Amino acid sequence: MNSNRILNIVLAAYVGVIFTFIFAPILFSVIFSFNSQRFPTIPLGNFSTEWYVKILNDPDIWQAALNSLIVSSSTAVIATILGFCTAYSDFRYNFRFKGPYLALILLPPTIPLIIMALAMLAWLSKLGMSGQLWSIVFAHSVLTAPFAMAIIRLRLNQMDPDLESASWNLGGSEWATMRYVIIPFCKPAIISGLCLAAAVSFDEFAISWFVSGLNKTLPVVILEIVQGNIDPQVNAIGTFVFLISMSLVILAQIFFVYRQMKSTNT
Amino acid sequence: MTKPLVVFKNVQKLFGDFVAVKAINLEIHEGEFLAIMGPSGCGKTTTLRMLAGLEEPSTGKIYMNDQVMNKVKPHERDTPLVWQSLALFPFLTVIENVEFGLKMRGIDKSERKRRALEWLEKLDIIDFSERDISTLSGGQKQRVALARSLVLEPKILLLDEPLSALDAHLVIRMQAVLVQLQRELGITFVYVTHSQSEAFAMADRVVIMGNGEISQVGTPKDIYRSPQNKFVAEFVGRNNILSGTVFSLTNLGAHIETASGTFSVNLKTNKLVKGQKASFVISADLVHLSRSNPEAQNSVHCKLISEEFVGSMVTLFLEDNSNQEFKVQMQERELSKFDLKPDSDIWLSWSAQSAHLLDVS
Repeated sequence: MNSNRILNIVLAAYVGVIFTFIFAPILFSVIFSFNSQRFPTIPLGNFSTEWYVKILNDPDIWQAALNSLIVSSSTAVIATILGFCTAYSDFRYNFRFKGPYLALILLPPTIPLIIMALAMLAWLSKLGMSGQLWSIVFAHSVLTAPFAMAIIRLRLNQMDPDLESASWNLGGSEWATMRYVIIPFCKPAIISGLCLAAAVSFDEFAISWFVSGLNKTLPVVILEIVQGNIDPQVNAIGTFVFLISMSLVILAQIFFVYRQMKSTNT
Repeated sequence: MTKPLVVFKNVQKLFGDFVAVKAINLEIHEGEFLAIMGPSGCGKTTTLRMLAGLEEPSTGKIYMNDQVMNKVKPHERDTPLVWQSLALFPFLTVIENVEFGLKMRGIDKSERKRRALEWLEKLDIIDFSERDISTLSGGQKQRVALARSLVLEPKILLLDEPLSALDAHLVIRMQAVLVQLQRELGITFVYVTHSQSEAFAMADRVVIMGNGEISQVGTPKDIYRSPQNKFVAEFVGRNNILSGTVFSLTNLGAHIETASGTFSVNLKTNKLVKGQKASFVISADLVHLSRSNPEAQNSVHCKLISEEFVGSMVTLFLEDNSNQEFKVQMQERELSKFDLKPDSDIWLSWSAQSAHLLDVS
């Protein structure tokens, strides 16, 4: 009884420490983004929204935010479509080399980003496709499709395979079945996949930096500011990026976990 | 007899090297309640799936209304199936599930709703029409699955062990619902099951399948009283099966010599020759039991091994001195008159008419 209690306290402390290590730097970044002083030191200066005003008035940052938004939303759509098709082909068909096929698709996230970025740059520039905004979309879709596919595949595995046959049996053609049965069943996973792919793309720096040319995204702009001098604007941008990514990830979780709970109740 | 709605002609189904269904021939008539019964893996579900177009026959042809159905896609057929897993759409409400087939057929919204409500009403689940599938009980889901298929007003309804997930008391209730529906609608039901009680309770005709072949087709009574072969006799259960050789033939019957003695059997259509191997069965409920030697023609001396008590019926398991097993089924109150003890002397006897010869296989 007593040792159990001690164990609980130790475990709680352990979890606390982990969360501190993950979130303290972000928290400090948020705090310093509202600090009037130029250098991140304690004691803090006054509360100030100066840095936010500054970034809001900077057209470069607006452009970068817009670029990030375009890239991450396009990436999300393309990656989710790719991911869905792959997951469905796995669910529906049996074919030779299915194992290697799935392994290849899951490979991109395991490649170090810097290597992938260099490879993408070399490849895209050979094809004359680098330096465009959609070059980033292209590369990010490769990177994030496996996330979308993994989530959708998990959902499809929960589906009673008879559902598809039942739809055919009731007069649904293959396309109608896709539209009225498979996609509605996978909807929570599809939304999660969209959010997750968007979040990964929105944050991603290395690939964006290599293949973007002059079309900077927010993470690229942050690096450029940091390289030049110490500027608390970075904290303000960081806070903004963090908020967007976190919201997307949380949304993905809500859609997936909530549905999961609902379907396990049946 | 009405004309056949469905005809299976030499239909065979292979999965790789595995023969799931071996060249079966079967006619299914309009308006009949047909049960296909057999142990798991006998090919009964594959047969049903071929009828629904979910599997294509490897060889042979399936006709429906005189048209060859082999290449017709499942969604182009009118053969709704009630699934063992029910396969209700979990993301749709009850009424949306029932409307699904009508929607796929392009029927407009108000008409869809009207017909769906009519069937929900008929199956007594109208109060749940807007509910999520996950909130329903097993019996209610069953009714939704039925409504979803029947709303299409098909000529034939396929059922794949639909009651196997229900509690025993619900099974009895649903059996009554199904039989009543079938009578009312006058459509053909093809009901696949491994349960003898379900098949015998509901069906007009029963098809017994084993190892991908049809072993016997007949009314429940035919199958029960006159099993054609050993497989059916064993599958139906509660049968005493004796094997031996033909000892002598008369114009009335045959005497068959077995390890348990020589017994007389009436001949019907079977052609036997002296010295030939032969098997016959006696239903467990047609065997008489006595405490003293009845001095009858067909009798054996046995000892009691065990008894199984199911409600008012009791099945006794006995053995004679050649270790041949016998089963006797009787009313419990009848049995109590005999005052049996584990070491009691028991004689079993039966009339020659009760013994039924099996086809030589």
